[in-house]
Amino acid sequence: MERDASDPPPAKGRRASARRKSRATVPPPPPAPTPSSASEPPASRRPKARARPAAARVEDVESRDGAVLITGICGRLGRLLTRVLHRTDQVVGIDRREFHGRPKDVIHHQIDLRRKKTRDVFRQGGIRAVVHLGIMHDLRASSKAHHAWNVVAFQKLLDALIQYDVPKLVVLSSANVYGPSPDNPQFLTEESPLLGSQHFSAIRDLVEVDMLAQSFFWRHPDTETVVLRPCHILGGVQNAPSNYLRLERPLTLMGFDPMVQAIHERDVVRAIGLALEPGVRGIFNLKGPGEVPMSRVFRILGKRPQAVPRTLMKPVLERLWRLRMTSFPTPELDHIRYVCMVDDTRAREVLGFTPRYGLEDTIRAVETEA
Amino acid sequence: MDSPPTVPFASWGWKTQQEADGALEQLLARFGDRMVRIAEDTLGEELDARIARIQMHPNEAGVDPFGFDPTVARYALAVAAFLHRFYFRSQVFGAENIPSGRALVIANHSGQIPMDGLLIGASLMLDAEPPRFARSMVERWSAELPFVSVLFPRCGQVVGSPDNARRLLENDETLVVFPEGARGISKTFDKRYQLERFGLGFMRLALETQTPIVPVGVVGGEEQLVSVANLESVGRVFGMPSFPVIPQLFMGMPFPLPTRYRIHFGEPLRFQGDPDDDDTVVQQKVDAVMDAIRGLLAQGLARRRAIFW
Repeated sequence: MERDASDPPPAKGRRASARRKSRATVPPPPPAPTPSSASEPPASRRPKARARPAAARVEDVESRDGAVLITGICGRLGRLLTRVLHRTDQVVGIDRREFHGRPKDVIHHQIDLRRKKTRDVFRQGGIRAVVHLGIMHDLRASSKAHHAWNVVAFQKLLDALIQYDVPKLVVLSSANVYGPSPDNPQFLTEESPLLGSQHFSAIRDLVEVDMLAQSFFWRHPDTETVVLRPCHILGGVQNAPSNYLRLERPLTLMGFDPMVQAIHERDVVRAIGLALEPGVRGIFNLKGPGEVPMSRVFRILGKRPQAVPRTLMKPVLERLWRLRMTSFPTPELDHIRYVCMVDDTRAREVLGFTPRYGLEDTIRAVETEA
Repeated sequence: MDSPPTVPFASWGWKTQQEADGALEQLLARFGDRMVRIAEDTLGEELDARIARIQMHPNEAGVDPFGFDPTVARYALAVAAFLHRFYFRSQVFGAENIPSGRALVIANHSGQIPMDGLLIGASLMLDAEPPRFARSMVERWSAELPFVSVLFPRCGQVVGSPDNARRLLENDETLVVFPEGARGISKTFDKRYQLERFGLGFMRLALETQTPIVPVGVVGGEEQLVSVANLESVGRVFGMPSFPVIPQLFMGMPFPLPTRYRIHFGEPLRFQGDPDDDDTVVQQKVDAVMDAIRGLLAQGLARRRAIFW
């Protein structure tokens, strides 16, 4: 935290109150927009096609004006993205959590996204892009908290984006917004309906975030909005698919072996980097190296899953979930039962994204330490 | 036990018998291998060799994106070959009509259980030259059934949706479609060899992907399970698309009768036009396909001397 204080003075040490965790309290609506201290309008963004930031050349640092604001920077993906981006761009982070191991040149604001302070970050100007990773997905939390944290906070972020004319927004959604279903075509395109919350109402707010980003895309053409919908992200991340594959003896549903897709966390980070390029906009499905039956994933990991009939699995898992003995809620069984795979043609052609990590590397990534 | 001969596509990363973990899986793999061997010996067919010759479209991970697994499909082919050659003793006419490249095989549907699909698939594998592996579109609820949901994709069956069909045709695959659907298969005996209404989706798909249509007349299916009535209201109670009343099931014959199938492949039809045209315009093209199938059926029925041989 003292690191915060030693930061260059953008937020002028008003952060003390922000440290108070304001979990459920939604702050009052922001006051009338102060006539934005428009000292440096972010229009200084130069629309030139240049090499990807991972090229990490020193000249790039000067040529890219403006900072990249990352919400939820302290998550696994946020930190990975920071590590790649901060070499070429000024990175500003917002997260309620403390940023351990923060690179010295990264400015971190330990605040709640919904607070007025967020606007102060924008008001200082010089933000050329926002990467929204600050999405909470904790199924033990109440749906009210989910709504407040995901939907309300995102709306406030969008308001700030409009007010301060930020030219780029990248939202990391997920292919799970389509939802696994027996009716799914083998490959879902970006136009497929978002039915993820049909049988899994706890992810309503995540679908809503995706929809909000989509409507923002249409209503505010001045901002280049990119929505990324990756399939299961594997790696040191704490998400359901990675946690599932890390289990000692994973359970599977007897008689089901759906085709699954997975993507390496660093490939996702690379895709976000590509999405930050000027001129890129739209919705992109992301997938890793090919799709394989789930049994093959276990074979690569050397695990012997235990098959359980669904009629037994469902009530037992429900009971275990209620007793807080498992982190997998019952509706997630659909993911190991039905297909939910995406067609990434658009990402390949428009975004220029092809996964770097092969199948083995992608799947073995769950064994890496976070 | 001698090791099995070269399993086609063993390098694909699917399990071979040696790698199969778990006693049950090993048992199944051994049983399946035995089955393939017996089918090859008794029928004099080179099943594995034919499977090895089919055109595949693997993804980056070396797996068919729709889940087709040749090492499992060979077991199914052994069963299909047995039914095709030994049980139903199918006669195949005009197998040389199948064009190379993508094709939509459109056939009449009959016989209460989809034996016709299996036999068309078997004849495309065993009688067509080069062997064609036909995909067919299965009902969506098959994805909800345990084991079936694994077996069907491994054998190349795909859940029926226009998206999937388009994707397969763009990969130059062969697709077997029964546009009559459940209407056709659950016909009662008095309507035998009459075509029910055809759906229009297959024609729109063919126009969109520039796919030639191969009309097929299947003779022999209607007599395998004779249905005298279709109690749809009872079927609805059980959530089934139909509820046929089949007397032979009550007479100690709970299996299809060994009628002789005659499968007539017609000349490929090519259509031009706008896939998004009005139903009436598309219907005219569909009628042309129906006429072709009616012709093949009439020809097959006229040529048939007996039902069982």
